[in-house]
Amino acid sequence: MYPDDLRYSKDHEWVRVEGSRATIGITNFAADELGDIVFVELPEPGTKVAQFASFGVVESVKAVSDLYAPVSGEVVEINAALREKPELVNADPFGEGWMLKVELSSPDEVEQLMDAAAYQAQTAG
Amino acid sequence: MPLSEAIGQLRRTPLHDVHVELGARMVPFAGYEMPVQYRSIIEEHRTVRSTVGLFDLSHMGEVAIGGAEALAFVRYAVVSDPGALEPGQAQYSMLCTDGGGIIDDLILYRTDEGYLIVCNASNRDAVVEHLGRLLSRGDFDAAIDDRSDRTALVAPQGPRAAELVAGLTGLDLEQLGNYRSVPGRVAGIDCLVARTGYTGEDGFELFCDARRAERLWRALYDAGQPLGLQACGLGSRDTLRLEAGMPLYGNELDRDTNPFEANLGRVVKLEKGEFVGRRALQQVQQEGPQRKLIGLVMRDNAIPRHGYAVRADGEDVGAVTSGTLSPTLGDKIAMAYVTADRAAVGATFEVVVRERPCSAEQVKLPFYRRPRPTPAA
Repeated sequence: MYPDDLRYSKDHEWVRVEGSRATIGITNFAADELGDIVFVELPEPGTKVAQFASFGVVESVKAVSDLYAPVSGEVVEINAALREKPELVNADPFGEGWMLKVELSSPDEVEQLMDAAAYQAQTAG
Repeated sequence: MPLSEAIGQLRRTPLHDVHVELGARMVPFAGYEMPVQYRSIIEEHRTVRSTVGLFDLSHMGEVAIGGAEALAFVRYAVVSDPGALEPGQAQYSMLCTDGGGIIDDLILYRTDEGYLIVCNASNRDAVVEHLGRLLSRGDFDAAIDDRSDRTALVAPQGPRAAELVAGLTGLDLEQLGNYRSVPGRVAGIDCLVARTGYTGEDGFELFCDARRAERLWRALYDAGQPLGLQACGLGSRDTLRLEAGMPLYGNELDRDTNPFEANLGRVVKLEKGEFVGRRALQQVQQEGPQRKLIGLVMRDNAIPRHGYAVRADGEDVGAVTSGTLSPTLGDKIAMAYVTADRAAVGATFEVVVRERPCSAEQVKLPFYRRPRPTPAA
């Protein structure tokens, strides 16, 4: 149900590591639970994000939720499409609904995250 | 407080199992387990604006008032004047404290047997207690009957609601204007059929015996499928009423708020004679309210939310009471209280969103008005 090539945080963010860079988003489980996503606030490129610290906000029709970085690093790119189309997070959370790309500052942090099976077990409970 | 509530158990409406069957997400609301959405709040919202949505509002309170002096009692208890209400007519009204604070906002129906107050679920106990206290003074030959638990309320709302209900009843709905009600059968079930709602669209509120609720719901749900009907939850109910500029108790209204601040001064009939809160409300009317409820449209890209501070020229002047992305308009909209001298259509404010002041402009309420109003009668 969850892609095997990603790692997952307890707070429902996912991370895809490619070399020294990581792409970050939220899982389909979180997006479904939130319902219609109508606003995403992301940090400017150049901002440093710290593992498990807040990096932005996602808003559904009813609720405002903080986003927590699954890994530390410097933001090199944000998904500008989400400004006009935040609903991409609902439609394609692991693809077009990605949020950040960061240059990893502590690549070992990824080891603290869950694999797909562990995340699946967490969301099933 | 009922024992179930005291131990944290949520009440269920007679339609609970139907909601679960439809895949609703159930949340606690006013002591009830209620559907907040079935599939998508935005989709449900659009369904009500474009065709017809079906709501379960069985959590709401229904309090009947009867007796030889029912009218005199109701007239004393509420701020509006029900004196001119004929059977089959209804009016929006409020109960206030002696200090003029709003205990609840409600719809008062005159029925063939007396009066019926339909109040917010969250205030039902307070309303019953307040009316009971007023009656206990012994000044009126009247009695109240809290029928909330044995009454279900199913509400088809939207431009095609009349077409839907017309197909299931022998009643002539053309004769049933806005804010009118009539007893009759819908899908063979005895109902009080009221042309009222809380969505800004044409629509109906069908009150029936709780034991018949499921039959009524299923008949409406099935007959509505060719029209594109969807079951709608409290999430869309909130965005619909906000677009329509309607206040929600707990957000725009509470005991620290008087009707004049809430733009509801037109409902208060000071000239009708003595009633609860009259002296305080007369004073507010003479002096003018200190703050006013206004509509805001964001100019900056941020969604205003309940509790966010509102500033003007860098000074704190109020707070947002309700805010959302308007599914119909695409704008980020809010209702807010601001100090009365700042309120003017076209005025600029800043809403503080996560410590960032974001520009907003005051607009006339409501944000949305339906293209074709329901005929008055």
